[in-house]
This record gives sequence, structure tokens and C-alpha cells, in this order.
Amino acid sequence: MLVPLKWLKEYVKIDVPVHELAYHLTMTGTKVEGITKQGEGISNVVVGRICDIHPHPNADKLVVCIVDVGDRKLQIVTGASNVKEGQLVPVALDGATLPGGYRITVTSLRGVESYGMLCSGEELGLTEEDYPGAEVDGILILQEEYPLGMDIKEALGLDDEVLEFEITSNRPDCLSVIGIAREAAVALSSTFNPPRIEVKRGVGDVNVEARVVVEAPDLCPRYCARVVKDVKIAPSPRWMQRRLAAAGVRPINNIVDITNYVMLEMGHPMHAFDLDKVAGRTIVVRRARDGEKLVTLDDKERLLTSDMLVIADVEKAIGLAGVMGGANTEITDETRNILLESALFDRGCIRKTAKALGIRSEASLRFEKGLDIHNAMAALDRAAQLIQQLGVGTVVEGVIDVCHGSLEKRVLEIPYKRVNDLLGINLSADEMADILRKLEFKVDVKGEYMEIEVPSFRQDIEGVADIAEEVARIYGYNNIPMTLMEGTISRGKKTRKQKLIDKVKDVLVGTGLYEVVTYSFTSPRVYESIGITDPQLIPKTVKILNPLGEDQSIMRTTLIPSLLEVLSHNYNRGIERCQIFEIGTAFLPKSLPLEDLPEEKPLLTIAEYGPDVDYYDLKGKVEVLLEELGLLDEAEFVPHVHPTFHPGRTALLKLEGKEIGILGEIHPKVAQNYQIEERVLVAELQLDILLSLAKEERKYRPLPKYPAVERDLAVVVKKEVLAAQVESCIKELGGQLLEKVKLFDVYEGAQIPQGYKSLAYSLSYRAADRTLTDEEVNSLHDSIVKGLEQKLGARLR
Amino acid sequence: MKAELEQIRREAEQVLASVSNLQDLTNFRVEYLGKKGKLTQILRGMGSLPPEERPKIGQLANEIRAYIEGEIEKKKKVLEEEALNQRLKAETIDVTMPGRRHHRGKLHPLSIVLNEIKDIFLGMGFEIAEGPEVEWDYYNFEALNIPKNHPARDTQDTFYITENILLRTHTSPTQIRVMERQKPPIKIIVPGRVYRSDAVDATHSPIFHQVEGLVIDKNITMGDLRGVLDVFAKELFGPQTRTRFRPHHFPFTEPSAEMDVSCTTCGGEGCRVCSYTGWIEILGAGMVHPKVLKYGGIDPEQYSGFAFGMGLDRITNLKYGIDDIRLLFENDIRFLEQF
Ligand SMILES: [Zn+2]
Repeated sequence: MLVPLKWLKEYVKIDVPVHELAYHLTMTGTKVEGITKQGEGISNVVVGRICDIHPHPNADKLVVCIVDVGDRKLQIVTGASNVKEGQLVPVALDGATLPGGYRITVTSLRGVESYGMLCSGEELGLTEEDYPGAEVDGILILQEEYPLGMDIKEALGLDDEVLEFEITSNRPDCLSVIGIAREAAVALSSTFNPPRIEVKRGVGDVNVEARVVVEAPDLCPRYCARVVKDVKIAPSPRWMQRRLAAAGVRPINNIVDITNYVMLEMGHPMHAFDLDKVAGRTIVVRRARDGEKLVTLDDKERLLTSDMLVIADVEKAIGLAGVMGGANTEITDETRNILLESALFDRGCIRKTAKALGIRSEASLRFEKGLDIHNAMAALDRAAQLIQQLGVGTVVEGVIDVCHGSLEKRVLEIPYKRVNDLLGINLSADEMADILRKLEFKVDVKGEYMEIEVPSFRQDIEGVADIAEEVARIYGYNNIPMTLMEGTISRGKKTRKQKLIDKVKDVLVGTGLYEVVTYSFTSPRVYESIGITDPQLIPKTVKILNPLGEDQSIMRTTLIPSLLEVLSHNYNRGIERCQIFEIGTAFLPKSLPLEDLPEEKPLLTIAEYGPDVDYYDLKGKVEVLLEELGLLDEAEFVPHVHPTFHPGRTALLKLEGKEIGILGEIHPKVAQNYQIEERVLVAELQLDILLSLAKEERKYRPLPKYPAVERDLAVVVKKEVLAAQVESCIKELGGQLLEKVKLFDVYEGAQIPQGYKSLAYSLSYRAADRTLTDEEVNSLHDSIVKGLEQKLGARLR
Repeated sequence: MKAELEQIRREAEQVLASVSNLQDLTNFRVEYLGKKGKLTQILRGMGSLPPEERPKIGQLANEIRAYIEGEIEKKKKVLEEEALNQRLKAETIDVTMPGRRHHRGKLHPLSIVLNEIKDIFLGMGFEIAEGPEVEWDYYNFEALNIPKNHPARDTQDTFYITENILLRTHTSPTQIRVMERQKPPIKIIVPGRVYRSDAVDATHSPIFHQVEGLVIDKNITMGDLRGVLDVFAKELFGPQTRTRFRPHHFPFTEPSAEMDVSCTTCGGEGCRVCSYTGWIEILGAGMVHPKVLKYGGIDPEQYSGFAFGMGLDRITNLKYGIDDIRLLFENDIRFLEQF
């Protein structure tokens, strides 16, 4: 909402500088977003008359003008072709400034001195709304007489300041100059002087000139209309045009401008119909027919449905109620008789219609927020008053008023103590009543209660909380003493799961991984990118009906593509090492089409590339995490094949027989899809299962009292035999006395037959209650060797 | 023989003085005191002495042996000290060369700031609640006093999944979910990811993060809201921070407010960051609307409460002086390693 300061000052006394006004309004709830000074940056630009135009001696495209600026005549060179002798134009004098910091000085143009510059509308920062012809290609030609040498800002009325307000959806009454003036008066403790609305007695009888039938009273609680005859369509006066322009509304003609002016001033949208084009001179307010068509004022044909409300005559639709008028009854230069509409329409219906048709008009934006039923009539009278004042036409006596809505006052009974209790202040009933009265509430204090009559323009006020806000914002939010909920004592703590997630992140960061945050929607094509082409394997996904684009149209079911994107981003920027993890949500529909909320499954995904990064590096990180969660001992890593991964370098992680996730090297083709020409390692684990299994309890084990006996063991086994098999076999055979097994060397090559590998372990034997003898250890060690031979076909090396 | 012994003592003294390393010292000991050493050699001749002289000579020989051994020990200490000093000298390194660093990762800046925020509220007795990101229209809008076709829906452009299921546009639906399952007193914060169909630019992202707060009990006042959020702002931005509340409108709170903090860059003087106002808006808040309490199954005649919501991404950017929200989601390692 744009409000020119001069207009505002007509209705409220303002003695403070504009920024102070802005501060007080903002702090009482009418937020000022910005203040613009019209004509800012323009100086030393005056009105001049072109006396004489010569051709330029050295340039075909330039002309030399002699310009009278009042006290002297200047020679000025211009390239514009639209100048003629006798015209009034803006002249930037030597030393003038223009918006954007441009400075004009005397210069020589192709050998001819130019003592200034003739300005275009664009050079003055003007638009067509500010002044007709401002967007013409060429010099701005002034259309009225002004004294020569007059400051152009004064001539064009560019000496105002315009406040921009952010008006919240609960305060449509403030989408008006009067509404803001009312707030300003309270904020500044000043006086509010709304215009006095008086319509002089008209001629004839409105009921003879037109008829209004409301067929859909549920969607149109009130329809007020007046008729104006013998109108003379012309531009509205400059002062009105200037105000409209400053408020961001384009001036059109006197009648349309008056309806817009009243909307801006009073906050109630109006519409004018060319009455001679209204068939039967009858306004019918009805639901549209399905498939009915209407060409609106913007020349677009609209296809209507039966839940939309139209203004019609006896034959056809002539307007979209509360949204936009129809072209068929538009005010034109030939219009002679008009019908002025000021009505109230159903909020929801207007909003649905405007949304369905993609129209956001000044009218619909106001109607959908809920307007004052009384203001409809006041605005109509105000328009009639302006028509009479400006002599635009003859107002017909009388008003048509079809009212089905309630005009009754709303009265609330509010215990004033509850207002104090909610705010944490201690005002007396009278102090509260004073504040409310300033805001035009009528208040009777009756003991513990305030009987409050809500002004009709405050549709938003419903109960004690609303009254409390009114009191608080005028009392001053920042005057409410700060307190800290005395009496409400509670323990603040994290849940087990929250603590464990913190721990997981901490451990992973400790292993060298950076945490990343990526989008949770993605492209349906990511499955192909990660090598999943079999439709059977592509998971069901949650789809967004109105995505920003195809690339962000499904909710992810895996974080792997997101993390590969991050690796790719870093790889393509020449970053040598990128090791990352994310804890994020996968969205898994329970059924499609979606009837219930999808399952939201937390995933932990790790991805990395870099110099020493390989499967064992990744597995090491996973092992550290498992160890910290007390799960390493029972973890099983089982070779696995998955289309995203390298077929020989991938494992499933299992705990207690449950699949927790997958880890391995990314398939080279997948890495290629992400333009990464290095080995890429990825793990994706189901965090919820992992955390539910986590063992946080730790028990002290006494330190050993007796020495350990170390023995090495190197065996040759077939290549297919897994280290995990060998190790579990050793452990099984070693029993209680075998304390530790550690693989320290793997060898293939010379001395080892083709298809075999050598595994070297260091074994540590220890008893808790005695020192083991060599004999005991030797026989145990031998039995392990024999067992390996029998079970796995191993040979001692 | 006595003379010989004296001679050996003198000779040993001289030789020992010239010994300059531990190896020579070992050789010296062997040469004089070893089984075939000079002193031993002389003592072999003891047999030819008259018996009465033997004890004297024997005693003398032992004295000399003890003396030489003592000298060797002394010399050894000196030489060892020297050798150690030499080694230490040889081992001198350039302590200005870079250290071998254990490679450690970092938390994302959003997590770092969220952890700070959580700690502040945990310290004030809040618990941390969570809610789903794919949410019912009912929880996201209806139960928060934003019926269908309410203009307040405009400010939150929504991604829909079905007519009734959407991506939550704020963390506020969790307010209702918590009220439904827990009786007052309620004192929670709700961090989480939210979605709005905004095109991406330096200050907008279709996905961002909020931290919601909700307190409900008997006798909760707007003064409590101010007090709690003032403590929060001072903890997060430093004790010099000032707060101010401006009236605003949210359908789910009444009275509603926006809270500004004194500019973290200029301290309130006015600068580019705060658009020369000295203040930066960081959150929206208010007293829970009675209708919202009712939707949550809580009697507004008995209980009152306040709620607030802040943009985590915005606060993170403010704290670190990050000028483009896209950096948070790009995850360039050179960005992440700065925090
Ligand atoms: Zn600042």
C-alpha cells in the first residue's frame, strides 16, 4: 500500500518528520516498508519554452534549440525529433542533476556549445503514471502552461514523499488512506479529520433509472448503486492524477479515476458501468453459468464456472463481481450515463474466483480480506460527492440498497483482568478503555467487564486476545515488563535418540567427514543416474503436484544422488578431497495414490573421494561409528551386488540379522554420470534401526593380571575364502583363551599358487587366572591350524 | 711393585683425561681393569712378593682399582652428558614447519547454530520435539486458524502432494501435534525443515529451516514471551544485544509480534546490513490464539501460552555474515571448512 504523505496529511495532523511518523506507525503495528521522495536526485531542472530550432551545422541527427528559461535564453543541442517551436519542456541547466547521479554541464556537441539538456520522461525517472507522455521516445512535452523557469518538480507535483506500508491480512481497513490516517492519529496522539461526506440533492429518481436484483444473497450481502447522468468523460484533474500515480494507480479518465480514488481513500472498491450498455438497465447479481464467458477489462476472455459470482444484466454477464469489470460495459469516451456500484461480496468466493482465473486486482485483494458493510454506502456517497464537486455529471437522487447482511453492531464483553493477565501488565479498566476509544471502539466499563462495541471496519476483532493486542500495541509492546515464567519449572533434556544423533555426527566429524545439507526433493531421473534402470527396482515416490520444475518434483527415497551431486560440484572445482555425510529424511509412500502421510525414514549417508580413499577407508569409518554405538562386535559385512555399486567392492551391513545398509565403491558408470573420474565410496545406513540397536551402556573389565602370549599365523587359502570366514573360524577354535585376532598382512603373487592368497594374523592368547604355559599355547595354536585346514582347506605357510 | 702400581695410576689418569668418547672409555676400562688389563697383569705378579707385603700391595691395588673405576664413572657421566647434548643438538628441527594434522571434518554451519540455539533453550528447561515434513493440510493450516481460502495462505506458497497433504510451510503444525499428545505444561522447541514454493535467489530457497517454540501453562503472559526471547537473543548474539517487539499479524497467535535485535554488524548505529535502521528482524512470535489452543484440545479459559518461530538459515547467515543462502545448500568444501 502506497500512501502519499500530502494526501495523508489531509486527514491527520502530522507535525513530525516523515521518518518519525514511520517509526510510530511501525511500532504500533502499521509497518512502514520504505519511504520514497518523489523527484529524488533531480535538481536545477526547470520549465523552458523552445523559441527556435535550427539544424545542426555538422550533424544530421542533431538540432540546435534556443530555449527560454524565464530569465535568459539558452542554446541547447538535442537529438530528439519530437520537439517543436513553442513547446514547454523540462530543461536541465548547467550543474543540474538527474536521478541515478547524472550531472549536466556545458558541453560542445560536434562543434556547437550546448548550455544544458532537454530531458525525456525516462531521464527524469518518470513513468506514464506520473505524467502522460513520460514513456514516449523523445523529450517530455509538457501539456499545460507553467511559468518559465519554474522548478520541474514543482510543476509536475514531484515534491511529495510516499510511504510504502506492509498491511497484514487482518487489517483491510488499513488498505486506505483514511485507515492509515486513523492509525497515525492514534500513534502520534494527534487529531483525525476524515472527510465529511455530503451528497447534494440530485435530480430525478434512481429507481426509475435502474434496478438491482441480487439472486445470490449468500455471496452478496449488500449491493449499493447510484446513477449519474450526462457525464462528460475527460481526464481527471492533475491533483487527482498525481495522487493516483503516487499511490501506484494509473489515471484513466475522470469516472474511473474517481472510483479508484475512493477505493484508495476509503478502502472500498467500486465499479462504474456504462448504464446505456446494461440491458434492461437492470443489474443482476448471480452465480455464473458453467461455461459462461466474459471478456474482462484487460481484454481477456474468461471461462467461468458456477461457483463464481458475476454482475450481469438481463442478458449477459457484465462483470466478475469484486474482481474485474467486463469490457462490454466499460466506461468509454462516449459514455453518457453510468451506474456506480459499491457492494460487499463473499470473501471466500472472491478469493477462489481470483485464484482460479489468475487475477489479482486491487479490488479482489481487498474483498478477500473482509470489508465493512457500512463503508460500502459511505464510499458510494463519497464518489457521488466527488462527481458533484468536479462537475463530471449529474447525480440522480437516491440510492439503490439491496442489503441482506447484518448491519448490527457487534458487542463484546471482556473482563479487563484477562487482558492484563494475558499481557503481563496491570492497567485499570479506564486506562484500557481510553486506548480502545482512540481506536474508535465504544467502551462501557461495567465492574469487572468492559462492554465493547467493535467498529464495523474491524472485522478482525473477535475476542479477548484481539482486544489484548489492541491494548498492547498502543500501550507499547516494549513497555510490557520482561518476565521468565515464574512457577513453570521444567527439566530441559534431549531424548535418547536426539543424544545419539548428536553422537553419530560427532563421531563422523571425528573421522574426517564434513556434514552437508541438501534438498529433499529431486528429479525422477536420479534413479537412472545411479544405475537403477530396472523399473521393478525404482522405488515408489511421493510426487509434488506443483513443483518448481521437473528436477525438483519428487521427494527423495535415498540421499545417494544428492551426495553424489555434492561430490561432483566439488570435483569439478578441482577440490582434491571431498568426504561428506548427511543425516536426512527419505520419504516412502505407504500406498499410491497417497492416502496417508508417507513414512519419513532417517538415513545416514556417507560419500567420499580423495587420494587415500578406498573401500577399507570407508569401512573403517563405519566401523568406528559401530564401535562408538557398541555394535562393532556383532556387525556382519556381507558381499553384495547392487546396480549403483561396483559388483566386487560392495557389502551389506547386517546387525542381529537385520539389514542396516549398504557400503561400497560406486560403479564407474555411475561415477561417470556425475563426471567424477575417481573412485567414489558411498555408504547409506538406516539410522533409525542403527540407533534402536545402539548399546550405550559400558561395563568395566578388569585389566589383565597375567601376560599374553603372542603367536603369528600365516595361512594360504583359496581367493574366494573371505577374511571374515577365516577370522570367525580362528575365534571359534581359539575359544576363551584366544584374546585377540588381528589380520596384519594379505599377500598374493610369487610363492603363492594362482587362485590362492596368504593371510597373516597375529593371535594373542591369555588366561585371566594364570600365566599360560608354552605347551598350552602350542597345542591350542596347533588345533587352530588343523581346524583351518579341515574347515577352509587352508595350508600353513 | 708398589712403584709399578703408582705408575699405572698416573698413566691411567693421563690416558683417561684424553678419552673423549664412550667407546674409548669402554676400551680404557678393558685395558686397565679387564681380565687381561694392566692392573690385573701386575697383580698376577703378587705371588712373587713376600707374604707380609701382599696385604699392603693388595690393598693398594684395590685402592687404585677403586680410584680408576671412580674416575671412569665420573668420566662416563661427563661423556654421556656431552653425547646427549650433541644428540639433542643434532636433533634440532624447524619448529615453524607445518604440523601433521589429523584430518577432521566439520559440522554444517546450520547444525552449529542449531546446536547453540538448542543449548540455550535446553538451559531454560525446553525439550526438543519433532514433526513430519510431509504434513496434513489440517495441521499446517486449518488447526492453526488458517482455513481454506484464507488470504494468509498467500504468504506461504505451498507445495501440495494431494489436496489434503502438503510439504509443511512452517514448523508450526508440530504445535498442534504436541498439544494433542501432551497436557500442559508444554515447553518445547521444534527445529525442522520447511518448504515454500519460492524461486531460488540470494535470500530465498524453496527449502529452509525453522526453529519453532511453544510454551503453554497456566498464567503464561506476553511478558514471559518477551523475557524468554530477550534472554535467547542475548545468549545467541552476545550480552550487548537489545531486542524490540513490533505488532504484527499471524493467524495462529494473538497478540502477534515480530522481534528485532539490534544490528549484529553495527550494534544499532545503522549500516548496510540493517538497511540503516539499526535493527534486524529475526523472528515472529505471539500469544497462542485461543482457537489454536482449542484445536489442540486445550482449554483457553484455563491455559495460555506463547509461540515463536525463527528462520535458522537467516540467523546462521546473520551470525557468520554469509550473504547468499544458496551457499548453505551448495556444500562447497571450501565453504564448509570455514566453520
Ligand atoms: Zn547495522
